[in-house]
Amino acid sequence: MTKKNETKGGVSRRSLLKGAAAVGGLAAGSGVITGFPTIWAQNPITLRQVGTGVSNINAIAEKCKADLGITLQMTALDSDAAAQRTVTQPDSYDIADVEYWICKKVFPAGTLQPMDVSKLKYFDKIVPLFINGKLTPESTIAQGTAPHTVGFVEGKDSKTFAKEPTNWMTMVPTIYNADTLGIRPDLVGRDITTWADIMDPAFKGKTSILNIPSIGIMDAAMIMEAMGNITYGDKGNMTKEELDKTIAFLIEAKKAGQFRAFWKSFDESVNLMSSGEVVIQSMWSPAVAAVRSKGIPCVYQPLKEGYRAWGGGLGLAKHLDGAQLDAAYEYINWYMSGWVGGYLNRQGYYSACLDTAKEYMSADEWGFWMEGKPAEKDIMSPEGKLMEKAGSVRDGGSYLQRLGGIACWNSVMDEDRYMVRKWNEFIAA
Amino acid sequence: MADITAEHAAVKPEPQSRARFSLAPFASYLQALPLAIVLGVFLLLPIATIVMVSFWDYDSIRIIPDFMLLNYEETLLSWVTWKTYLNTLKYTLIVWALTLFIGFWVAYFLAFHVRSVGMQMMLFLICTVPFLTSNIIRMISWIPFLGRNGLINSTLINMGVIDAPLEFLLFSDFAVVLAMVHLYTLFMVVPIFNTLMRIDRALIEAARDAGANAFQILTNVIIPLAKPGIAIGTIFVVTLTMGDFITVRFMSGGQSASVGLMIANQISVLQYPAAAANAVVLLGVVLLIVAGILRVVNIRKEL
Repeated sequence: MTKKNETKGGVSRRSLLKGAAAVGGLAAGSGVITGFPTIWAQNPITLRQVGTGVSNINAIAEKCKADLGITLQMTALDSDAAAQRTVTQPDSYDIADVEYWICKKVFPAGTLQPMDVSKLKYFDKIVPLFINGKLTPESTIAQGTAPHTVGFVEGKDSKTFAKEPTNWMTMVPTIYNADTLGIRPDLVGRDITTWADIMDPAFKGKTSILNIPSIGIMDAAMIMEAMGNITYGDKGNMTKEELDKTIAFLIEAKKAGQFRAFWKSFDESVNLMSSGEVVIQSMWSPAVAAVRSKGIPCVYQPLKEGYRAWGGGLGLAKHLDGAQLDAAYEYINWYMSGWVGGYLNRQGYYSACLDTAKEYMSADEWGFWMEGKPAEKDIMSPEGKLMEKAGSVRDGGSYLQRLGGIACWNSVMDEDRYMVRKWNEFIAA
Repeated sequence: MADITAEHAAVKPEPQSRARFSLAPFASYLQALPLAIVLGVFLLLPIATIVMVSFWDYDSIRIIPDFMLLNYEETLLSWVTWKTYLNTLKYTLIVWALTLFIGFWVAYFLAFHVRSVGMQMMLFLICTVPFLTSNIIRMISWIPFLGRNGLINSTLINMGVIDAPLEFLLFSDFAVVLAMVHLYTLFMVVPIFNTLMRIDRALIEAARDAGANAFQILTNVIIPLAKPGIAIGTIFVVTLTMGDFITVRFMSGGQSASVGLMIANQISVLQYPAAAANAVVLLGVVLLIVAGILRVVNIRKEL
C-alpha cells in the first residue's frame, strides 16, 4: 500500500499554531522578552515528521503534545514523494515515517541515522515479524521486501543492511497490515476463495485493480500465480522475463474487457465499489470500511494464496543530535508505549508492540480486532464512528490467521525502471 | 510620465532635457518590461528547465545532472508513445470536429437569430454559467449519470427500452469524448460568436439581393468571415485536448492513455527526466499544429 490519503495534507493548523508558540517561546528564552523563562522550558522541542499519511494522524500529535510536551509537525505525502523528500531534502524533516520498501530505497542514500537499540525501552516488545521475519517460530518468511531484511544495519555509520538483528535499527516499526481483494458479497453471487477469481469471465467488466505500478504489479503477480500461469522466483523482485509475461497477461485481460476501470486514489476505489461498477477489486482496508459505512455490504475477502502485506516505521534524520535526538528517542519510546498502538489497532491496522497496545484497548476490542472473536458490543473507531455492529467478526479472523497468511511484502524491485515502463504499456494498450 | 517630465521641463530645462533624451527611446521597452519579466520568469524559465532536465539521468529516487539522449530514445522508440500519441490525436480530432459543429451553430444562433443585444448577452452569459464551477466537478458529475446503475441506464431500463445496462456509456472512449465536448465547446463558441458579431449585416443583405440562397450566404459569406474565430477556437480546443490527462483518466477509468496521462504517470514515480522529455515532444507537436493552423488562417484580422 502506498498511500492512504484520507488524512490531512501538510502541517495542521493546530501544529502550526503550536509552532508559532514555540517560536514565541524561543524569543522569550533568548532574552528578547524577559520574565517568562518558563515558556521556553515548557515548550522546547518541535519535531517535523514527514510520512505517508497512514499514520499522520492529528490525534497522535495532540496526545504527544499533552504527554511529552513535544510539538509534532506532520506532513502527509504520497509514498513516492515521501521517498524523494527523505533522500533529497534531509534537512527538511526530523522523523521519516515511511514504509519498509521505501527504507530499502532510501537508507543507502545515507540521510537517515540508525537507532541505538539500547535506547529503545520497548525493543523487546516488538513483534518478531520485524526482528527475524517470523510471526511464530514455525512460520516461513514471505517474499518481497520483508521488513526484517532492511530493519538493521551493521553499525552506527553503516549503510549496509545486516542479516541478523544488531544494536542498530534503521526504523522502528509502527504500523502494518495485510491487504487482499475487496468484494461485494451481494453482487458476486458465489464464494470467492482465490486471487484468480478476479479473472473469472462471470465478472467480465466488473473488476478493477489499482493503477499504482509498484503495488499493482504485486496484485497482478498474486493473480498470475493463483491462476497457475507462472511461478515466480520472488514476486517482490521479478526478472525482466517475469515482468514481460505478467504485463502481457494483463494486456490480454484488459483487451478482453475484464476490467471496468483502474483506480489510483482511495476515493476512486470506494466509489467504484459502492456504485456497483465493480464487484471484486484490489482494495485497502480503510476503503472497505468506508464502503460499509454507507450501509453497502463489502468484505475484505481472505484468499487461499494469502495476503500482500505492508509495514511502516519511523526513522531518524541524520542531522538530529543533542536535545533534539533525545527528544526523538523519547517520542519513539512514547509511540511504542501503547496509546498509539491501541489507536492504530482500533483503526484496523496493527501495532508493532502489541503487548503495550493491549493495555489501551478494552477486552472486547482486543477480542474483535486481534483474536477474531465476535464483538460483544458495537465496535467504534477511535474517532467514535460506528465501525462494526455487535456480533460481527473481523474479515480474515485473528491476527495470527491474517498475518500468518502473508504471501508477499510490498517491495522495490531491481528492475524498477523497466517495471514502470512495462506498466505504462499496459495502461496504454 | 511624459506629461510630468514636460512640466518639469518648463521649470528646470537643464536636467530635464537630459531625462527626456535618455528615457524616450526606451519608453516602449519599459512598457513591455513587466510582461516580459512575467513571461520570462513564469514561462520561459520553466520551459528551459524542462528542456534541461529532459537530458538528465535518473534512478528510482534522484535525478542526476547529465547530458544523454536516453530519455528521448526511450520516448520516441517505444510503441507505447506512438500509440498514445495516436490515441490523443484521435480524441483531439473527434472533439475538435464536434465542438466546432456545436460551437458554430450555437454562435450562429446567438449572432443571427437572437435579435436584441440584451437577449444575446443574456444567453451568452448563460452559456458561461457552468464555468462558475470547477472543471473537475463538471466532469465528475457525468459519472453517476452514465454509470451502470446511473440515471440514464436506470431510466432506460424502467422505460423498457433496454434489458441490460449499457456498459459503453462510462469508462470508455465515448465517455471521454462526451466530457471533453461538454468541457470545451464554450471555447469554440466565444471566439466564433465574436467574429460573427462583427460581420457587417449589409454584406448579408447584399448577398441576398444578389440572389444567394441561405446556404450560399453561409458558405460564401459567413464561414469565410468567421475563419479567424474558428482558428482561435481551434487553437484553444486542440491545445486543451492534447494536454488533457484528468478527463481521460477519470472518464476512461484509467483504461485509455493520453500523452498527458503518460507524463503524469512518470511524474508520480519520480521519473522527472523521462516526463520532461515527453513534455518537450508534446510541446513540439502542439506548436506544429498551431503553426499549421496559423498558416491556413490569418487570425490577426481578429485582433
